[in-house]
Amino acid sequence: MADTKQNGTGQPAANGQNGYKVIGTRPVRPDGVDKVTGRAVYAADVQMTGLLHGFVLRSPHAHARIRSIDTSKAEALPGVRAVVTADDLPVAEDKIEDLGEGAINLKYLSDNVLAQEKALYHGHAVAGVAAVNPHIAREAAELIEVDYEVLPPVMTVDDALAEDAPILLDTLRTDKMGEIGTEPTNLASFFRHQRGDLDAGFAGAHLVVDRTFRTETVHQGYIEPHAATALHSADGQITIWTSTQGSFAVRGQVCEILKIPVSRLKVVPTEIGGGFGGKINVYVEPVAVVLSEKAGHEPVKIVMSRADVLAATGPTSGSNIRVKIGVDADGKISAALAELYYEAGAYPGSPVGAAANVSLAPYAIDNLQVDGYDIIVNRPRSAAYRAPGGTNVAFAVESVVDELAEKLGMDPAEFRVLNGAKENDRRPDGLQYARIGQIETVEAIRDSEHYQSPLEGKYRGRGIASGYWNNWGGQSSATAVLNPDGSVNLSEASTDIGGSRASIAMQLAEAMDIEYEQVKARVVDTDTVSYNDVTGGSRTTFATGLAAYNLGQQLKKEMKRRLADQWDVALGDVCYEDGVFSAGAESLPFIEAAGLVQRDEPLMASSTVHPQDFGPGFSTQCVDVEVDPETGKITILRYTIAQDVGKAIHPSYVEGQMQGGVAQGIGWAINEEYIYDEEGHLLNASLLDYRMPTALDLPMIETIMVEVPHPAHPYGVRGVGEVNIVPPAGAVANAVYQATGIRMDKLPISPARLLEAMWAKEAESAELVPGDD
Amino acid sequence: MQALDYVAPNNVDEAISALADGGDRARPLSGGTDLIAQLQEGRLGLDTIVDLKRIPELMAISVSSDSLTIGASVSCHTINSNQSVRDAYPALIDSTHLIGGTQIQGRASLGGNLCNSSPAADSIPNLIAHSVTCHIAGPNGRRSVAVEDFCTAPGRNVLGNGEFLVALEFPTPPANFGAAYLRFIPRNEMDIAVVGAGASVVLSDDKNTIQSARVSLGAVAPTPLFVQEAGDALAGQPVSEETLATAAELAKDAARPISDMRGTIPQRKHLSAILTQRALRIAIDRARGTKTVDELGRLNGHG
Repeated sequence: MADTKQNGTGQPAANGQNGYKVIGTRPVRPDGVDKVTGRAVYAADVQMTGLLHGFVLRSPHAHARIRSIDTSKAEALPGVRAVVTADDLPVAEDKIEDLGEGAINLKYLSDNVLAQEKALYHGHAVAGVAAVNPHIAREAAELIEVDYEVLPPVMTVDDALAEDAPILLDTLRTDKMGEIGTEPTNLASFFRHQRGDLDAGFAGAHLVVDRTFRTETVHQGYIEPHAATALHSADGQITIWTSTQGSFAVRGQVCEILKIPVSRLKVVPTEIGGGFGGKINVYVEPVAVVLSEKAGHEPVKIVMSRADVLAATGPTSGSNIRVKIGVDADGKISAALAELYYEAGAYPGSPVGAAANVSLAPYAIDNLQVDGYDIIVNRPRSAAYRAPGGTNVAFAVESVVDELAEKLGMDPAEFRVLNGAKENDRRPDGLQYARIGQIETVEAIRDSEHYQSPLEGKYRGRGIASGYWNNWGGQSSATAVLNPDGSVNLSEASTDIGGSRASIAMQLAEAMDIEYEQVKARVVDTDTVSYNDVTGGSRTTFATGLAAYNLGQQLKKEMKRRLADQWDVALGDVCYEDGVFSAGAESLPFIEAAGLVQRDEPLMASSTVHPQDFGPGFSTQCVDVEVDPETGKITILRYTIAQDVGKAIHPSYVEGQMQGGVAQGIGWAINEEYIYDEEGHLLNASLLDYRMPTALDLPMIETIMVEVPHPAHPYGVRGVGEVNIVPPAGAVANAVYQATGIRMDKLPISPARLLEAMWAKEAESAELVPGDD
Repeated sequence: MQALDYVAPNNVDEAISALADGGDRARPLSGGTDLIAQLQEGRLGLDTIVDLKRIPELMAISVSSDSLTIGASVSCHTINSNQSVRDAYPALIDSTHLIGGTQIQGRASLGGNLCNSSPAADSIPNLIAHSVTCHIAGPNGRRSVAVEDFCTAPGRNVLGNGEFLVALEFPTPPANFGAAYLRFIPRNEMDIAVVGAGASVVLSDDKNTIQSARVSLGAVAPTPLFVQEAGDALAGQPVSEETLATAAELAKDAARPISDMRGTIPQRKHLSAILTQRALRIAIDRARGTKTVDELGRLNGHG
């Protein structure tokens, strides 16, 4: 399947496999040894002299007005060094800023860190304590007296939009595509994308399927809990060591919350044990800073517990979704409507906008309408989660597409080829595609040994689904220092979550025609390179890789210039090929040249990039399931993912991304959900009862890397981190239908839900057969 | 978690004194896989923990002609590694392999699982199926209770002040004996039983008739349930799907579960029947010698 004829540069392949020497190989990652030996320093591993330990007190209520907080008993406890509440934060402005993690209202940002007037979810932070050990800090927190006026909770889309719904945020008004409402509301915003003539498209349809779906709140499930250490020095300089996807995003948010200039804050990113979008927002970082200042400029470390992580960070939206699609007699989509109601959590900002773009993106559709509703509820403020919003809506759309194909008597892969989006087609919001690989991913699945193999046995079924993710470019900065021994120190600020140090170093090595082992890649702090966006949006290997490519070009050019001086030849006469500089009779291998050109003056390069032209990703996936008819439990028998990866720089890490997204998507499909009681208390804030899949719940996930190089990147890179999580829930639901004859319209398809659906179906068929009990 | 006293007596009498002196604020410690977590999470407040692992009797496995005795603090890993236990009581491994991962099994004990007295404990229905007797030591001397009478409520049991579990005694299985423990969990690992079922049978010499049987359920009542009526209904019956279905229905009737986030009442009632039937099938297969332990291990998600 792999398109290996092009290298993405428009240039013919020079030598080696695929024309590359480094790209496409699978070298060892620079952080590998430290990680497998336990030596790598994660956020909770930070230690320093005089370290105090912080603890955050959280609301036991889902919705409550905070009448008063009395911290005096906590402050009096021996060993306590500081207690803080929202009163210790500057008054936040009610205005919207983009801090590198999407636009956010600064008041909401600050109130989420420490609740000001209201606690808006079970687990909302209300106070912080710093003490000489974590036990005292916790004990002190229990001595803080918070006087709550408990209010009725608003837990779902339906609760929030009910006529007499309690209002979460008194000042919130609906933003209807720029038109601001006048009444208090829980509907933060509404938007519509439309084109063509929807009514005519449905009126002329041969067949229309119209279904509604519900998906539950899920968490990113990174294994490393949030943790941060802050030192507010007596001279006003602040340092934060934290586990984050974006050190500059932390800097931006903390500076806004604390109203300090960026020059006063340095953020040092530690190793990170997963983020998936959930380690962009700050939680404990600003609290640690104010505690450190109040405690007499001693460092304060706050490590969140697993329960706090689940209760107060991360999750992505639960949603109500309606999808209506019409097709003509040949199976071409004539019209499509999607209505997306996404729960943002306690503050506006669900991923419904991104979800709208994902919704119908794999298909070429002339007549469509997509409506998006961003709704606040008494759940944690939602955060990005891998292709934010995509899995929800793809579950809905791909279920309807599967039903249409079935009713048409068409193979579901052929339906997707027939209707597949390609170059010059448009996304729901109108964005026109450049060269994309959606149809190639469908064909890769259709032609795979998996899809072609028979699936036999009762209660077994096979499903496929497609998905889209936009990807991103963003801003990156990097520097490279040429060492006299021919090695290169590469400093970049993209947190390495999935092996990006290796994939970025590989691009620099390729660009310079040197060995991967000659490049030493490091993730540095915010004082060391210029601004760098988060590791997110599947941008890092693309954009920071581009910066590394530029560094290679700059270093080569400057080495040529200095050699031209040295050899007394014209710059244009100096060639560099196969790792050797030459001009006429002169010739010098790279390693020797590295020493020679720096005899008089050291050599380094810096690059900043902000590419706008990033290539979207598509994926199509195939799953075989078996359902236990007596328990409702789904076993994943076999799974294959095809994904357009542009060009796989480090194939192992690309495959790892593909498998990881599928694993998370399967969890979302069959077991993961936030469970609340009627008062809005989160009941399953543990990894025991928030059921992510374990190794025993998954088969080996087979990968097919489809390489449709992205034309705007020198090596054809497309982001690969996110689109893989978009199709799994739809694919699993479609397979469950084949296995049981039941179209599950709710996620997760947990054993209890599927068992009940099977009972309902039995009862229904019993009713249809008179006299049969 | 606050500072507390740790004592590690070398004999039963010292342990009794330490526990009796501590009263409600003292607890015995074996592997600590429940106790330490409860202390750390603030669900339990103690002044003293009494480590029983230095008492030889609590760490011993002894086999006689009529029984096997496992000390209350013997780890699951030690049990799993003991070939004579595996050979004589293959179904016991169904539970000791389920409790935690390998590292946890290095600490967790059957005695601890029983004394934690969770209604969903993975060993207790199995112990009931095996007709285990609990040997208890305390200020008033030794006493013994049948395992089905040990638990009294969620997290509560018959142990009085100063008392602790010393050992579990398994009668030597009669000829043509087979047992099994099965649980239903939404995942394949790292989960708590929605329902668990333990079953044992003794077959006739021709292995076509059930001479006697025991059925037990977990997670469907405030304590693990001994469903005597299901076993009684099987006694003297031919081995057949109909016979098992009858017992399964009795188990379902006996179950009196609650609905919570781990399962609903209808789901748990239904699973009580399904798991009873499946556990009985495996117990019968084992009594007949038609399946190996390793194959059965896979049924519980352990290759």
